[in-house]
Amino acid sequence: MLWPGTATAHLVTTGMGPVYDGIGHLLLTPEDIIPVVALALFGGMRGAESCRKLLMIVPLCWLLGGITGFGGTNIPDFPVQAGSLLLIGLLVAGDVRLPVPVTVGIAGLFGLLHGFMNGVTLNNELEPLGLLGITIALIVIITIVSALVVSIAEGWKRVAVRVGGSWVAASGLLMFGWYLKGA
Amino acid sequence: MKTDKSAWLVLAAWLLLMAFPFEAAAHIAGGQATGFWTGLEHPWSGLDHIVAMVAVGLWGAQLGMPALWVLPVVFPMLMSVGAMLGLLGIPVPGVEVGIAVSAVALGIMVLGEVRPGMVVAMLVVGFFAIFHGHAHGTELPAGQSGLLYSMGFILGTGCLHGVGILIGLVHYYPLGKGLLRLTGGCIAVMGLFFLWHAVT
Repeated sequence: MLWPGTATAHLVTTGMGPVYDGIGHLLLTPEDIIPVVALALFGGMRGAESCRKLLMIVPLCWLLGGITGFGGTNIPDFPVQAGSLLLIGLLVAGDVRLPVPVTVGIAGLFGLLHGFMNGVTLNNELEPLGLLGITIALIVIITIVSALVVSIAEGWKRVAVRVGGSWVAASGLLMFGWYLKGA
Repeated sequence: MKTDKSAWLVLAAWLLLMAFPFEAAAHIAGGQATGFWTGLEHPWSGLDHIVAMVAVGLWGAQLGMPALWVLPVVFPMLMSVGAMLGLLGIPVPGVEVGIAVSAVALGIMVLGEVRPGMVVAMLVVGFFAIFHGHAHGTELPAGQSGLLYSMGFILGTGCLHGVGILIGLVHYYPLGKGLLRLTGGCIAVMGLFFLWHAVT
């Protein structure tokens, strides 16, 4: 991952089988990984209880969405990634205190939509087992990132997380611009 | 605690490295391989933009918490709105004048160590950010698209604010206060030059 050089394959191929290809895909796809990290940051800011629920709901919904997506051919005509970045970025930047069920609902919808898009996109590129790799990577990332943030009480570290959230939201807004422009 | 720090470092390094995929030509991420660099460079492409963004950081440092971080958060957010308008071809009147006036106004704020309420400071910064964003939005190069460009663009802006904040920390030293105000004065003068350039 440090110096990938010229990648000419359609998707990341690790040479170690579809599960690792799935892990590699998630880790090296900014459109997926940045919203996931942002969601984990948000979960962490909302405390351990939210984190535990996120840890169950996001991978599960992603998996379900992915399985559904494998049978689909069309991705939604809506910039899901831009929407995720904007919404989650704003939640992190604003340190918004949502009730746990609402947080879980957003996380579930997020997982379903991204998973579905993954499923459709990967349909001809990756074996279904790749989805398992993506799910495993999701669990690890959410666990690590949210655990790091849970330990932050107040102070500059929390401010840094919020600033990061605002950058994610601003990027999402810009992506909406690209989408509306039709680029 | 040590593990905590190491984990943060690993996470930061990984995110940073992910932003530099070099010559990746994968179909799914097509057209974005060089997007991060181009996006990162874009806010640094004009001195008028640079001084205004640095001035935001300077003013934030002068105002102290929470303006120190709130202003550099407001600017990129509203700049994205402006960039979106620019991308969509929605006109904003007097963009170049607005950018020049932003340098003058923010320079004066720093020079005079003006301390308005938080909301007023946010409105001032946010208002001018729209002009900067619009200019960037209309200038965005053809063929660049996607998340990496956007992230680079926002990160580049954030770095400029960061430079301003770091310089602005001299405010906490007796001699630094005067120097910081002097810097604000210089920015205002530069803004006047840009303004003269924009209207002639």
